[in-house]
Amino acid sequence: MRPILLKGHERPLTFIKYNADGDLIVTCAKDHHPTLWYADTGNRVGTYIGHNGAVWTADITRDSKTLATGSADTSCKLWDVGSGVCFQTFQFDQPVRAVSFAIGDEKMLITTDPFMGVNAAIHIVEITKNREEQTSKILKTISGDGIVNGRLNRVAWGALNETFLTAGEDGVLRVWDVETGKVLHEARDAHKGKPIQHLELSADKTHAITASLDKTAKIFDAQNLELLKTYVADRPVNAAIISPIREHIILGGGQDAMAVTTTSSKAGKFDSKIYHKIFEEEIGGIRGHFGPINALAFCPDGKSFTSGGEDGYARIHHLDNTYFDIK
Amino acid sequence: MLRITTQNGYVEWDKIDIDSIDLPPSEDNYGIPSDDEDLTQKDGANKDGSKDESSMMSTAIIVDNLPEVPEAKFVKLTNVLTKIFGQIGQIRDGGLHMPMDPATKMSCGYAFIEFSSRAEADAAVEQTDGYKLDKAHVFKVSKFDDFEKYAKIPDEYVAPEPKPYTQRENTQAWMMDERGRDQFVCRFGDETEIFWNDAQKSTAVEEYKRSFWTESYVQWSPRGTYLATVHRQGVALWGGSSFGRLAKFSHSGVQFIEFSPCERYLCSGSAHEPSRGNPASVVVNFFDIATGQKLRQFSGAQKDFLASANQRGFVWPIFKWNGLESEDVYTSSSSKNDIKTEENEKEMPAFFARLAKDAVQVYQAPEMTLLDKKSVKLPGVSEFCWSPGEPILATFQPEQNSGNVPARISLMQLPSRNEVRSKNLFNVSDVKMYWQSQGDYFAVKVDHHTKSKKSTYSGFELFRLREPMCPMEVLALPDKAEKIVAFAWEPKGHRFAIIHGDGARPDVSFYSMIEAEGGAKKVHLLKTLKSKTANHLFWSPNGSMIVFAGLKTMNGQFEFFNVDEMETMATCEHFMATDVEWDPTGRFVTTAVTGVHQMENGYHIWTFNGRLLYKQTRERFFQFLWRPRGKSLLSKAQEADIKKNLKKYSKKFEEEDEKIKNQQATMLDKAKQETKEKWEAWVEEKKRKIESDEYQGTLKKILGAEYEKQGAEIVTIEEEEEEIISVVEEPL
Repeated sequence: MRPILLKGHERPLTFIKYNADGDLIVTCAKDHHPTLWYADTGNRVGTYIGHNGAVWTADITRDSKTLATGSADTSCKLWDVGSGVCFQTFQFDQPVRAVSFAIGDEKMLITTDPFMGVNAAIHIVEITKNREEQTSKILKTISGDGIVNGRLNRVAWGALNETFLTAGEDGVLRVWDVETGKVLHEARDAHKGKPIQHLELSADKTHAITASLDKTAKIFDAQNLELLKTYVADRPVNAAIISPIREHIILGGGQDAMAVTTTSSKAGKFDSKIYHKIFEEEIGGIRGHFGPINALAFCPDGKSFTSGGEDGYARIHHLDNTYFDIK
Repeated sequence: MLRITTQNGYVEWDKIDIDSIDLPPSEDNYGIPSDDEDLTQKDGANKDGSKDESSMMSTAIIVDNLPEVPEAKFVKLTNVLTKIFGQIGQIRDGGLHMPMDPATKMSCGYAFIEFSSRAEADAAVEQTDGYKLDKAHVFKVSKFDDFEKYAKIPDEYVAPEPKPYTQRENTQAWMMDERGRDQFVCRFGDETEIFWNDAQKSTAVEEYKRSFWTESYVQWSPRGTYLATVHRQGVALWGGSSFGRLAKFSHSGVQFIEFSPCERYLCSGSAHEPSRGNPASVVVNFFDIATGQKLRQFSGAQKDFLASANQRGFVWPIFKWNGLESEDVYTSSSSKNDIKTEENEKEMPAFFARLAKDAVQVYQAPEMTLLDKKSVKLPGVSEFCWSPGEPILATFQPEQNSGNVPARISLMQLPSRNEVRSKNLFNVSDVKMYWQSQGDYFAVKVDHHTKSKKSTYSGFELFRLREPMCPMEVLALPDKAEKIVAFAWEPKGHRFAIIHGDGARPDVSFYSMIEAEGGAKKVHLLKTLKSKTANHLFWSPNGSMIVFAGLKTMNGQFEFFNVDEMETMATCEHFMATDVEWDPTGRFVTTAVTGVHQMENGYHIWTFNGRLLYKQTRERFFQFLWRPRGKSLLSKAQEADIKKNLKKYSKKFEEEDEKIKNQQATMLDKAKQETKEKWEAWVEEKKRKIESDEYQGTLKKILGAEYEKQGAEIVTIEEEEEEIISVVEEPL
């Protein structure tokens, strides 16, 4: 099927998130306005207006009622998905890079960038069932001082909310204990010190996939960070996702945005690549973007995925029968 | 000793003459022990100690091996010597002394010559040592200072202790690969790696790898025996099955290297930037590869190495080797015809030549002297090249005297200097010369300009070297004004291909030197292929197959073409490819993107008919070179026999290939099965944990009501609601 082009952003896409039911997509871009779309048709539902800087991240609660977004305007906002009203703001002094709702949606993790001499930090906040009771209080802040170098690009909750994982610019993948705030495991040379651009856990939270500028994507055991699989690509990788239903992964990226104008789009490697998850072999690719891919997200039913590029477009790819015929 | 005066605590570098500093013998040998360390130390001692005492006589030289002449001829010989050495430097008044033996009234056969400066004396030794006055008298020239050193040599010859014999590794080992695979070398990043091309397994098998092996580039010798690496201090050769170092040649700041076609000699060159007081200079060394001995050095100001005054840069190779068929005989000799070989060897020495002003200087190896002591005079000569076959020199002299003297192409046989054929041309703006691989044919592309000099048109002059009198023909394309993009002879064949035309899609034409019907010796057009995306031609080393490549502006388009059948076998693309190379057997083709581009560095390997075998990507990819093969040991009759029974042989090899392929397939299947099982075991272990009551219990607590929903199928409920908006009764 022809991909559905989502033309709603004026600036490069930064992040894409499906809701748990797989019928809604939230896209974030450098243009301040996260946008909600129908996953099926690509029709735009609306935008969330309120941020004053590039929006780096988003997450949706399981009931699809609350949206959390994090922005370079140093705030993290909670929105009512249906009405587009912002009902709470967590204000920081540093840009917000990543957010993630816990299983059960009672807590949320927020990471902030190193800024003006302050190092990256991870914040835990409480999300109340009743919105009237929601405060902007921060339960706990774990500072990255002496542990983390550079931004924490992604954060994700581990199994049973006991741990959480972070990955970032220093190329190190870490598992932290939620209670103590200590690092339990660390994969120092996960990506040879090159920045990790994306981190995501499998549906059952047993393994995590990372995407890095060292031109590889890797799968790690989410508990002890044992390296399980390596997918070698020929371009810097910005995003990698795991199919929820098949033994496949998809990765995307491309030539550094700075150098894009110097070559043709063919040389830039802006296509999404499908790899076999177990055999680490490339299966195929889907072209379309004319800038590097910054974000990828699989629909929870595994039958479609969305990619977002530096070119300002998001594309919904409904996978054809030919894809499902692949052995 | 140099005194460094310091003021204000820092060294005033501009007051120091860098060249006057004597450096201690270099320790800086980068871990490679030097063979000539003794020598350097001796030199150092000389400089420190005896330098001043002997400087009195440092302007004098001794010339030995002169003819012993009676008194009558004494003056004549003196005049000859004055003439030879007077050219090099100023001889002091009465500085030439040739003693006479009073008993025999004959000269003693040696002479002393005193120059006005030490530099002149040094130059005289360098230039005239080994000078051939005639066959029996080869000058032995040495510095007077060194005389003492030579006098100290004991009269009794003491044979040096023979070095224990060490078995050298077989340098031809790679040729004995059971499956007849070929090797290639790749240079990327700081790594240099040698691989086997394994076509049956569709992969490259690593043979040897080394980091920082070379400081600039690597090069195979013409028959693949050696791999040369280039360093600041000189050149090293590597080979044998373990790629150990076989030889090294010191040449400080070496930039270029060139092997003689049969690997007996190595020529290295370097250009040096002008430095304090010295103009830009060039140094070229010739080495004997087997002994490591430096045979001759050419050095001088850069302007002496430029062929013409209007030439800008310095072009390598300065010296070009001839085709050296003679050396072929020398190396591939079997015991049966050893005697004959030796004769041949004597008859045909190796030649190398360089362009000089109004002449080509031809030298012969191993003597390293100017052939017949005189250069080949060719007024205004601007280009030359050797035939790849016998020693025939092709030269071009452009028009002179504003067109009154025509331009001239000439083919000259050496060492006899007989002109094989020549041709005068008018209105020539440029020429390009192309030899067929065996020297059977020679083509010259001539760009003529019209009288007004506003436009040019091209034509070809074709020579048949194997016919008596070397007949020649002129070939003009139907459309004379068309631009010639590329020209290439079919190796070992009689055909050639031309890319011609302007714009993005030029035409490709094939011509043959022999007519298909009747076999008349006349050039004729075989076929023209219209609008091809191509700007380079790459014939298979065995002919018949050709690859048209659209490199650079054409972004890497390829067409594999069979010239015997006149059909396209495949068209393909390797985006931004910069290099194309056939393997030495003509079975495979590589296309590569090297470091000139930022993205997609790496190489693809194709079969001769354009099927992609495999590809490798490498960051910062610099070089891909197939290892050339040595000369075949089979006689002509044996080769013919194999060709005749090709079916029988190929069946055997095909069976082997099939076997390897099947093995490979089963191995891969097995490996896949194992990976799959390993993964499944891992998943199973995790699953057990997740399905445990403890885990599910905690999850239930966290999720609450949502827990029940989890895992349940998403059910789409369609609800239809009917809403009555308004009821309007319509009057009947």
